[in-house]
Amino acid sequence: MNGAEAILEALEREGVRHIFGVPGGANMPIYDAMYSRSGIEHILTRHEQGAAHAAEGYAITSGRTGVVFATSGPGALNLVTGLADAMMDSVPIVAITGQVARSAVGTDAFQEADVTGVTMPVTKHNYLVQDVADIPRIIKEAFIIASTGRPGPVLIDVPKDVQLDEFTGGFDAAPQLPGYRPTTKGHPHQVQKALAALRTAKKPVMLVGGGAHDAAEALRRFAEKTGIPVITTLKGLGVLPSRHPQVVGMPGMHGTVAANLTIQQADLIMAIGLRFDDRITGNLSKFAPNVQTVIHVDIDPAEIGKVVAASVPIVGDAAWVAEKLAQGAEPLEIEDWWRQIRAWQEANPLPEPKGELLSSIDVIKAFSEATGGEAYVTTGVGQHQMFAALYWNFKHPRHFATSGGLGTMGYGLPASLGVQVAHPNDLVINFDGDGSLQMTIQELATLVRYNLPVKVALLNNGYLGMVRQWQDLFNDKRYAEVHLEESNPNFAAVAEAYGMRGVTVESKDELAGAVEEILNHPGPVLADFHVHNEEGVFPMIPAGGSAEDIITQHPEEASS
Amino acid sequence: MRHLVSVLVEDHPRVLTRITSLFARRGFNIESLAVGKTHVPGLSRISIVVLGDDRTIEQVEKQLNKLIEVIKVVDHREPHVEREMALVKVRTEGVEERLQIKEIVEAFRARAVDVGRRTAIYEVTGAPNKIEGFIEGLEPYGVLEVMRTGAVAMSRGEHILRPRMKKEAV
Repeated sequence: MNGAEAILEALEREGVRHIFGVPGGANMPIYDAMYSRSGIEHILTRHEQGAAHAAEGYAITSGRTGVVFATSGPGALNLVTGLADAMMDSVPIVAITGQVARSAVGTDAFQEADVTGVTMPVTKHNYLVQDVADIPRIIKEAFIIASTGRPGPVLIDVPKDVQLDEFTGGFDAAPQLPGYRPTTKGHPHQVQKALAALRTAKKPVMLVGGGAHDAAEALRRFAEKTGIPVITTLKGLGVLPSRHPQVVGMPGMHGTVAANLTIQQADLIMAIGLRFDDRITGNLSKFAPNVQTVIHVDIDPAEIGKVVAASVPIVGDAAWVAEKLAQGAEPLEIEDWWRQIRAWQEANPLPEPKGELLSSIDVIKAFSEATGGEAYVTTGVGQHQMFAALYWNFKHPRHFATSGGLGTMGYGLPASLGVQVAHPNDLVINFDGDGSLQMTIQELATLVRYNLPVKVALLNNGYLGMVRQWQDLFNDKRYAEVHLEESNPNFAAVAEAYGMRGVTVESKDELAGAVEEILNHPGPVLADFHVHNEEGVFPMIPAGGSAEDIITQHPEEASS
Repeated sequence: MRHLVSVLVEDHPRVLTRITSLFARRGFNIESLAVGKTHVPGLSRISIVVLGDDRTIEQVEKQLNKLIEVIKVVDHREPHVEREMALVKVRTEGVEERLQIKEIVEAFRARAVDVGRRTAIYEVTGAPNKIEGFIEGLEPYGVLEVMRTGAVAMSRGEHILRPRMKKEAV
């Protein structure tokens, strides 16, 4: 057995069933070893960034660690965006990259790059394998690090000669991680303190984030027992169903008015598995000015107190803490608070599309209604992402893969293919924008090659729409370099050229029929929805603003 | 505020890079940094003098602890010993000057480690303010070179910086 075979053996022992990747000079021994093995299915993407996002989509929706292969130099560097994305959104992936032979390292050899150096700040940890005998231990450690504590990406760089070296050892090497001890159990005393604080609060609210998905069931019990209002962040969508009567909405820059006002007026915030991103807090000095108690539950102690000071810090796994909270939950007497929140909700419904033109909102609602929200959803980044977050009927945890922290355009399509690989029999819809989609459009080929029946709903407004919206509102309509329409391809024809179904939808009249046709098509489909090209996402809190500065509609509409 | 932080790390390639890159990335200010092996094979110890308010130092500790190869971090707020060593090269021209320098050297318990015709190197050990006092004292004669090791520290008494004996399951 050589090092490459040892890598595959070790991965199989970790239970890996799928790998996303691209072969090249420096990882050919691994692909050669794979040729004669059958335990692992490899999905060839057309770009390494696609492989990384696919692994993210796979991991987010399945809870299993995603695995990526890439060659040295350009191959590994193409993973960097995906690794950074996984780091920001705490997604467990293990990337195994080829490196030039040990004797060539440091000589500027062909396709050499200092990949462990480059990826250091965008991985939870990384390795450069120097000895073939270390492979089983390093792979074991990589999976532990990626999937436990606060999950994240781990990269293992393997020189080509190490892949070819004879491996004679066993696979039972114990992990050696003396400095790695994630705290999973929250302090019981702190949990009691949290429950006590909650009992005296008049205006409590629970915020749930991306770290709370595996706590969904216990959090729901806790929420229903206490009657506390719940706000789900972008990454927390689906932890509780978005139409659960206690879910007030999404907070932050494009959050609902009611959710933002609820935070603004709250006297107690219970934050579970989130990190108070600036897109949620806006101007920190004006964030939640009435709060007296902040209960912050997170598995990463460094997130507690980083942005918002916590009066009751609880370091621990959200699921463990949520279970204890649910056990100690008592009904709260907060009728007045709920009356206030209901009044905000009634006075500030989400905007409905006006006029004749097809709106992104129409498209998302049509899919949401036709499926009853029973689908896995992915998105790119921008206006369409926010529309999906606001209008999709999220029903289940781990059903939404979107780039939150890094805001990576081009995330949606490759993520959707990873989701479909993890859930071959379920419906996967990728809402994308014309800007985002074209950053990774080559992965349509991957959908075709593996017949992954993803439904790509392209909300095509001919612009880099979110940038256009900012220019419209804050730069006096100086639309610098955001026009895509004139040079956009015929997307349906592009899809057809790849060998998949392509559809163009131009009006509201065609919408219902088109959605039905798309959902009924057995294979992958790209549907190009020509949507209103000057639509903005509202509500909006301008960057650096607070809930007081919320804009609920375009100022020109407001004045007309 | 000045804080002295000791970090016990696994002696792996790039571990120092991980730490300095973390400080650079998160905008923590390093005043000095000293690193060396310990008596335990595979373990190195780093002393970092960091400038920052309490909140920054809390983040320094927490972010350091997140590095996989960092085994333990201590911000020395408890009684501790702090020392730094410096080599100072001074111009020593003129008999009168030499005598004056000798007095300063004795007062600071420094010692000559190289004596040339026109220059001498002195070795001085102590808390950083002592080193600074020594250098200032020599300033009028012409300080030509200074090499400081950066502060190192150790808690007094029973506080021992070592790996935890009992490991929580990961």
